[in-house]
Amino acid sequence: MIEFHNVHKTYRVAGKDIPALHSTSLRVESGQVFGLIGHSGAGKSTLLRLINRLETPSGGQIIVDNEDVTAMDANGLRRFRQQVGMIFQHFNLLASKTVADNVAMPLTLAGELSRSEIDQRVAELLARVGLSDHAKKYPAQLSGGQKQRVGIARALATKPKVLLCDEATSALDPQTTASVLQLLAEINRELKLTIVLITHEMDVIRRVCDEVAVMDAGVIVEQGPVSQVFLHPTHPTTKRFVQEDEQIDESEQRDVFAHVPGRIVRLTFQGEATYAPLLGTIARETGVDYSILAGRIDRIKDTPYGQLTLAITGGDMEAAFARFTAADVHMEVLR
Amino acid sequence: MDTLVSFFANIDWFEIWLATGDTMMMLGGSLLFTILLGLPLGVLLFLCSPRQLFEQKAVYALLSLLVNILRSLPFIILLIVMIPLTVLITGTSLGVAGAIPPLVVGATPFFARLVETALREVDRGIIEATQAMGASTRQIITSALLPEARPGIFAAITVTAITLVSYTAMAGVVGAGGLGDLAIRFGYQRFQTDVMIVTVVLLLILVQILQTVGDRLVVHFSRK
Repeated sequence: MIEFHNVHKTYRVAGKDIPALHSTSLRVESGQVFGLIGHSGAGKSTLLRLINRLETPSGGQIIVDNEDVTAMDANGLRRFRQQVGMIFQHFNLLASKTVADNVAMPLTLAGELSRSEIDQRVAELLARVGLSDHAKKYPAQLSGGQKQRVGIARALATKPKVLLCDEATSALDPQTTASVLQLLAEINRELKLTIVLITHEMDVIRRVCDEVAVMDAGVIVEQGPVSQVFLHPTHPTTKRFVQEDEQIDESEQRDVFAHVPGRIVRLTFQGEATYAPLLGTIARETGVDYSILAGRIDRIKDTPYGQLTLAITGGDMEAAFARFTAADVHMEVLR
Repeated sequence: MDTLVSFFANIDWFEIWLATGDTMMMLGGSLLFTILLGLPLGVLLFLCSPRQLFEQKAVYALLSLLVNILRSLPFIILLIVMIPLTVLITGTSLGVAGAIPPLVVGATPFFARLVETALREVDRGIIEATQAMGASTRQIITSALLPEARPGIFAAITVTAITLVSYTAMAGVVGAGGLGDLAIRFGYQRFQTDVMIVTVVLLLILVQILQTVGDRLVVHFSRK
């Protein structure tokens, strides 16, 4: 479990104090995949680096598994960092070392295992990330996705309890991103590892996270379970991220709405309701007509959801609305 | 054939052989001590420089000033200024032993700056990743910084070795011996053009070999 109590961070640049993170309190449960989303400069990178004290907080307290990170001395901090894995946007692998030596590095630095124990552990880790055949290669000979897999294997070497991901997929193409995210989800499930990741893509949050915090100008502006925040965003920053993910252009949408008659509603289905033939049934029984203006059927982590924007005309509209609500479909009347 | 022999009439090949040996000894000895002193100094310069692991503005300013003073001093002046210190260290200011201290003092600041630059080329992310693994500062230097900067450090050693070759030639002025000494005493002062040509060609070959070996090492350790 990771807890932030009134943690804040201010940088001093050229004699001026620049706040990077305003007083923040936060709680990440063990075994959770916790996402932090924000634009660059929103403070998410600072927040992530405070967890393993790559950044020193200006004030407040950070507790990880009942240990006060803020109070640790240099030795304590080194031992603590061995329990926290970290992966990076640009992988940060050592170009001078082979894949196997990169993965072995946290173990050789810790100096607790013998050479043969390290070799065995490295072989296990490379098998887990699917790179057993590449052990003797140098990072420059690998693709971006393979490099990040080496990064993940390296981060897991010391069997950490927490994995920090710093924009881990931002330098990868969509397909590679999907496979790396799948690997992270797998690790989270099988090793019961707590993962904190930062990203600027809502898609990453939607695919792997359980809980999300949205950051803007050094403040967490919205936080909650991903399905809640993603499907019903309240803060303008969150709305913008969701729209980016769904590729909605607001002015275009307004034009479309202006051209259609009747009421406009947005229906959100979750879980089993996503696949039920609700729309047809209700339309038939209440005599309403509908046209679909926008829609998306997808998954939030493992839960299917659907979100449809409909223009509804004729029939018994009120009855139809009541039926939707009764069927556990979230309904928003847009016009 | 006869004209060729008569052209090289002034050459005492045994003398040339001894001078080549002296040059190699001066180069080897001074390069060794330059690396032994310059590498730690370069690491220290890097660590103390702004926004690095041990940011120490005062220490950096002081070291930087010292390095700059030694680097701005013409080597020929350094040779002479150093004589008392050289005698103190080696017991003589003459010959190979007398040349090595001024060569080391002349080349170390230069090499240290090159090492500092090579270390600065290492991606900050690598340092951060190593810190995140729980490495101590010493481990960051030995396990991450130096291995990652290895191609740059080999390039620095190559450039320094070649600079030292030209310094050894100058050291001839104060009686250090070596090919440069031969070139000055016979080739220049006695107008023996053949001696000049042979010594310069030998120095050229030496520089060529150093550069080629250095380039190979850089490529080998680049892993790109």
